Amino acid sequence: MKQYSIPRLITKLLLPLILLFALYVQFHGDFGPGGGFQAGVIFAAGFVLYALVYGLDNARRIMPPWLLRVGVSLGVLIYAGVGVAGMLLGGAFLDYGVLDPHDPVHGQHLGILLVELGVGITVAAVMVSIFYAFAGRGR
Amino acid sequence: MLLSLLVVTALAVIRLRDLFAVVMLFGIYSLLSASLFVVLDAVDVAFTEAAVGAGVATVFMLGTLALTTSREKTPSTHKPLLPLLAVLVTGAALIYGTSDIPPYGDPGNPIHHHVAPRYLEDSADEIGIPNVVSSVLASYRSYDTLGETTVVFTAAIGVLLLIGGARRRRSEEPPRPDHEEDA
Repeated sequence: MKQYSIPRLITKLLLPLILLFALYVQFHGDFGPGGGFQAGVIFAAGFVLYALVYGLDNARRIMPPWLLRVGVSLGVLIYAGVGVAGMLLGGAFLDYGVLDPHDPVHGQHLGILLVELGVGITVAAVMVSIFYAFAGRGR
Repeated sequence: MLLSLLVVTALAVIRLRDLFAVVMLFGIYSLLSASLFVVLDAVDVAFTEAAVGAGVATVFMLGTLALTTSREKTPSTHKPLLPLLAVLVTGAALIYGTSDIPPYGDPGNPIHHHVAPRYLEDSADEIGIPNVVSSVLASYRSYDTLGETTVVFTAAIGVLLLIGGARRRRSEEPPRPDHEEDA
């Protein structure tokens, strides 16, 4: 899409906002609507927009497929790891209260933050890798 | 109003043969559903619907169109009577079923008396975050969310196995089938 300068410029302007909004949704999910799933999808949408306008090769250079594969598994591992960490600290699986020995409520905050981060990483990586699979197939 | 717009969009999707327009209408359909969820005060669901249904899913479907074709095949002519009967019977059964559903918004509904009051009343003390949806999803119902994340993970592996690396492997290791024949 080299010849269309307006979409390229608009993408350049919008992309930081989209990614920043995704991070906002990710880490503000405790206070407003949103959470890991929505944030992951928005983050992936930003990358899809970039790949559509600037080409798949440039997008692959920024977010290589091996990194996506790591991300897909890393998110689930973070999620399950938080659960196992709770078990190791003497609680039940996915019991966040024990994550902070002094204040269970703070442990809950930490657990939710980490778990949502795991969901966000997995969803974003999954969406972008599915897009890569579709877009790379036609060439 | 929103519901009637949904019905109009659905009818247009059924009538159209141009799949590009159908994909666009699906995006509009998702956006309308998202507005409907906002009206029902389910902003988290609306958020997901708008981001996934209207956003990413539309791009995926367009990608599929680019790989296949954007015209729907004209269906083979067959008698519409049996399908029509099946649809009418199913629809009638569903409408009959709605008569058993408790009225919308009634505080005496069973859904408001199971675990929901406990979540709403104790979430502030136990979890301490303002968005109860988040505390239910990520803490009280954490097993479910772990399962959902695993489902997304599995779906990605399925897609990648089906259409992901096949083309590259063929170009990188072309003589592989011969080796298998030798063995």
